[in-house]
Amino acid sequence: MVKPLDNKAWWLVLPVFLLVAFNAIVPMMTVVNYSVQDTFGNNQFFWNGVGWYTELLDPSTELGGRFYDSLGRNALFSSIILAIEIPLGILVALCMPKKGWPVAFTLVVLALPLLVPWNVVGTIWQIFARTDIGLLGHTLFGLGIDYNYTQDVFSAWATVIAMDVWHWTSLVALLCYAGLKSIPDAFYQAAKIDGAGRWAVFRTIELPKMGRVLLIAVLLRFMDSFMIYTEPFVVTGGGPGNSTTVLSIDLVKIALGQFDLGKAAAMSIVYYLIILVVCWVYYTVMTQVDDEKRS
Amino acid sequence: MARIDLVELAHSYKPNPRSEADYALQPMTMTWRQGGAYALLGPSGCGKTTLLNIISGLVVPSHGSVHFDDKDVTRLPTERRNIAQVFQFPVIYDTMSVFDNLAFPLRNRGMARPAVEARVREIAHLLDLGSDLGRRARGLGADAKQKVSLGRGLVRADVAAVLFDEPLTVIDPALKWELRSKLKALHRRLDITMIYVTHDQTEALTFADTVVVMHDGGIVQSGRPDELFDRPEHTFVGHFIGSPGMNVMPAEVSGGTARVDGHPIELAGRFDRLPTGARIEIGVRPEYTRLAGAGQGVPVKVERIDDLGRIRFARIRLGALRLAAFVPPGVAPEGDAAGVVFDPAQIHVYADSRRVG
Amino acid sequence: MRARHLVLFLYMLFLMLPIYWLLSMSLKSNTEILSRFSLWPLAPTLENYNVIFTDPSWYNGYINSLIYVVINTIISVTVALPAAYAFSRYKFLGDKHLFFWLLTNRMAPPAVFALPFFNLYSAIGLFNTHWAVALAHCIFNVPLAVWILEGFISGVPREIDETAYIDGYSFPRFFVKIFIPLIANGIGVAAFFCFMFSWVELLLARTLTNNMPISSIMTRTASAAGMDWGVLAAAGILTLVPGALVIWFVRNHIAKGFALGRV
Repeated sequence: MVKPLDNKAWWLVLPVFLLVAFNAIVPMMTVVNYSVQDTFGNNQFFWNGVGWYTELLDPSTELGGRFYDSLGRNALFSSIILAIEIPLGILVALCMPKKGWPVAFTLVVLALPLLVPWNVVGTIWQIFARTDIGLLGHTLFGLGIDYNYTQDVFSAWATVIAMDVWHWTSLVALLCYAGLKSIPDAFYQAAKIDGAGRWAVFRTIELPKMGRVLLIAVLLRFMDSFMIYTEPFVVTGGGPGNSTTVLSIDLVKIALGQFDLGKAAAMSIVYYLIILVVCWVYYTVMTQVDDEKRS
Repeated sequence: MARIDLVELAHSYKPNPRSEADYALQPMTMTWRQGGAYALLGPSGCGKTTLLNIISGLVVPSHGSVHFDDKDVTRLPTERRNIAQVFQFPVIYDTMSVFDNLAFPLRNRGMARPAVEARVREIAHLLDLGSDLGRRARGLGADAKQKVSLGRGLVRADVAAVLFDEPLTVIDPALKWELRSKLKALHRRLDITMIYVTHDQTEALTFADTVVVMHDGGIVQSGRPDELFDRPEHTFVGHFIGSPGMNVMPAEVSGGTARVDGHPIELAGRFDRLPTGARIEIGVRPEYTRLAGAGQGVPVKVERIDDLGRIRFARIRLGALRLAAFVPPGVAPEGDAAGVVFDPAQIHVYADSRRVG
Repeated sequence: MRARHLVLFLYMLFLMLPIYWLLSMSLKSNTEILSRFSLWPLAPTLENYNVIFTDPSWYNGYINSLIYVVINTIISVTVALPAAYAFSRYKFLGDKHLFFWLLTNRMAPPAVFALPFFNLYSAIGLFNTHWAVALAHCIFNVPLAVWILEGFISGVPREIDETAYIDGYSFPRFFVKIFIPLIANGIGVAAFFCFMFSWVELLLARTLTNNMPISSIMTRTASAAGMDWGVLAAAGILTLVPGALVIWFVRNHIAKGFALGRV
């Protein structure tokens, strides 16, 4: 199907363009502007060139060290999240009912965490995990496990990760479920007739057919876990120490806490670029691999 | 390789079937002989696919049993039945090469590597897939994909039967012919039972040596193509096979004469013991219904004449009935008044849609 | 078969336990919460909910949030519809780049934009209004809506448009009378996701207002001395209600939307 060329279609896109441009371009210019200037307060700004960037990217400076630490934590966090949520989401999707009322019921239960405001996710887990009043914390503590997410780094990480798994695995599961639903029955019947076992069915039919949605799921989960702010902010506030201070939390601390606009802006730009580049590379590579397989 | 027996088989998708309408498959008993080429013919929704799935084991029948060579397999799952099936739409394993696709059913059954290799090459050669063996299956066109599906169905030498569920629907017409003849050739060569489901009579009649016609969940006739044509056991078969379909007329039959719309029509035999209270009809194929000039035979009105090239059929009215009649060369009715002459030997009498005598 | 049910059951238990705990907390008095540990409320009370429903600073939070979420959903879907139609049906100058650029905005961390948004919306005098949050949320919801709708629209054969034009429909009339009903499922799914992402977002909503949205009222309470856990839990439970209602109403659309393979 060839689409006709018609530049009048721009009129249809114009509202979207203006709305997003208003929200994206003006703030972006502000950020770029801040990132090359310094201020001593009183709204007096001085040209600082790439000063903030060099400081930010040099790990020996205070800012640079802080930046690389947060970035490392983000990378670690995203890797763990992907390693848990993607396989778990696939597993849950495979276990979901295929027809009848259980489908609607399961969909509603699964989708529920997705519609909880992000700070409430934090609150829920705070209440759930506290050792004094929380079911989880109290139980673990009762079992003799040294669990305290406000003081122990490992507990804090475990809590933040469990919370993210609770919050987002359903998204992966729902996406995979959509992918599975699009497989015609004939494929399963053919596999049965061909004598394929459960594992072979998964590897030769289900996984390849889920390829596209998995691509999207990984992309979304990477992006969102890399941008995470609210949930750890509510639960751990970035602590204990700086152990759960990811880039977004650090950024907000610098920008709104210390009003170091230049530093924050330079950090914003680099942060945004990292996400863009990673997503772009991932997407390009994956679709290319896909195309190669096709030809 | 096996003979397949269906014994008092019936199936309902509802848990407690009460009336006949609750059954997707009416009770039936029949035998599929080893090595036969069968076509299962019928309109959509007549139960063909249900029957096929019962034979392959994808559906467990609610009543009766299925036997492969005297062994009851009714409750055996598909993978232990030794059946191959080809579906309407190509089913291929995306990530594998054509070779691996064809080898998949053999490898799953633990066949030795050299044997797999030899068998796959043989089948690929028969289906003209030899040059594509190394390619990724998902890059192929729809035709080639369906060939791979066919190949996977045929690759196992020891299967009890290969079932085809309208396998040529997605293939374009030119290639359809070729693939169908190829299947027929394969059947002769491989000596396996093939059951071919279709709603297309040409496909069924050219492929099969036995055509099984289904209607409303039941088998109405099974026989050679010429038997179906010359002696339809059910008015449905008369309608469904042949183009145009058989002329079926409500009639009063007594002795050797039928009366249609008040006109007497001679029959070849005597029908003295027709069931009382049954709906009586007579049926004649248009090929044996000859159009003649006005005044001869039964008077009819000609509505139009369809010229099919080599032969012509007239669309006619006998009272309120619409019929089709063969127009012999040289006959050119003027106006709309004409007559028809029925060949008495080819007139069948039906009581409640089933052939009598 | 057993294993499948077990996995699903355990997963759903994992999802429900924290929510159950929140519910249980919301029905306990603060004294009970702090004095002893029990798996269910021993002296159930609705006092916490009473606090929220009688204190305007609490219940206004819900109203404020709902207002900007609804405004945002309406704006996002309305502007995204024609744009998605254009992307699906026509080629035009820079279409691919524009589409990609739209999607990159979905990748922008809200933390990056928090401060400049504050400046921007203060400058145009919208700070601390529903419109500020509704418009700001468009940055991620509009691209998402365009993307979802484009998928659904591409599923509608172009012949339908052409037939309508031949029958003498003008574009706007065709769009409203014929096209929109055809992609109702898609609009349902897009609206669901816009609602969801706007409802759950905190950072921008908090930055652009003075404690208007319920989410930021909750963080304020959470950081105040002497935690009022019962009221906090009750407030949390109440934030689940709109989400649960929305899921329930669109569950069939969602199932179909998922079946179509987009989202």
